[in-house]
Amino acid sequence: MNTVVAQLQRQFQDYLVSLYQQGFLDNQFTELRKLQDEGTPDFVAEVVSLFFDDCSKLINSMSRSLERPENVDFKQVDSGVHQLKGSSSSVGARRVKNVCISFKECCDVQNREGCLRCLQQVDYEYKMLKTKLQDLFNLEQQIVQAGGAIPQVNIN
Amino acid sequence: MGMVRESQFHVLAVDDSLFDRKMIERLLQKSSCQVTTVDSGSKALEFLGLRESNDPNALETHQQEVEINLIITDYCMPGMTGYDLLKKVKESAAFRSIPVVIMSSENVPARISRCLEEGAEEFFLKPVKLADLTKLKPHMMKTKLKKEGEKPAEEENTILKPEESAVIEILPLHQELELEQQEPMLSSNKRKAMEEVISAGRSRPKYNDITTSV
Repeated sequence: MNTVVAQLQRQFQDYLVSLYQQGFLDNQFTELRKLQDEGTPDFVAEVVSLFFDDCSKLINSMSRSLERPENVDFKQVDSGVHQLKGSSSSVGARRVKNVCISFKECCDVQNREGCLRCLQQVDYEYKMLKTKLQDLFNLEQQIVQAGGAIPQVNIN
Repeated sequence: MGMVRESQFHVLAVDDSLFDRKMIERLLQKSSCQVTTVDSGSKALEFLGLRESNDPNALETHQQEVEINLIITDYCMPGMTGYDLLKKVKESAAFRSIPVVIMSSENVPARISRCLEEGAEEFFLKPVKLADLTKLKPHMMKTKLKKEGEKPAEEENTILKPEESAVIEILPLHQELELEQQEPMLSSNKRKAMEEVISAGRSRPKYNDITTSV
């Protein structure tokens, strides 16, 4: 039984490290994990879930604003990007955040085509991250169910 | 020194984003603070018991129900911005002593100095980290000591030199009123001055003879 736990822990650790290495996550995700403890074991999952909900809502509303070429509400788009950039930054969602930076630039110069491309990219990135983190949380659950502790992972 | 450990610090956190509220709440809890979150500046004022209009009874509402040791607020909020809230708090005789910290995801130097000049103790760039919150303890402790009256605490810290005592915090009320007239002089140096004071400790035998000159 111990080997099972050890194996799962190893898997978890490797997976998490790979997410950092591939640029999906950055240091802020580490900060987020620090905030979780025995009293709040679901904190990271909850915050991340809120983030993905935000992504979905904001992407939808920005998509509507960008829909008609002759009538783009760049102010609204800018507001959406701002929020998305803020929350992705707080969560440590590095790729999403980086797209937001480009997105803001397109918005600043009122480049509708550029905005649409960024919107598509943001959508792709957040969904990708969502899948990855879901896998991570599943591993966590398996460890807990097998009676093990979630490893502290140090990322350099 | 013992008295500040009796009760937890109570922080009022203001942010229009649910996500950010959840974050700051957790950060504060992790830093052993009691937290109340609200989603707007006006709700914050309501919570404090501060009425918008110039209420002659405002002084009466002075910390009746809730004792808040610090207000931490987002800068960018619809309606009342964090800056507006800061101003309102600092304009209120009852609540101006509550330290206010501003958070923002944007690094705009002009914005930062404006907030500090208006009396904000700190300006945090988002995402706020646990390490940032350790800066809050000294500000919150000031309010605790003030409320418990002057207590010449025998602290580990060193002697406070008279010229560093641009200390607004722990004087008895009548002297505080005197000081408030001199407050405008501190403005942009206030934060620096406060930091010096904090590091210099609080052990002073007498307050009466010290005049502040900046």
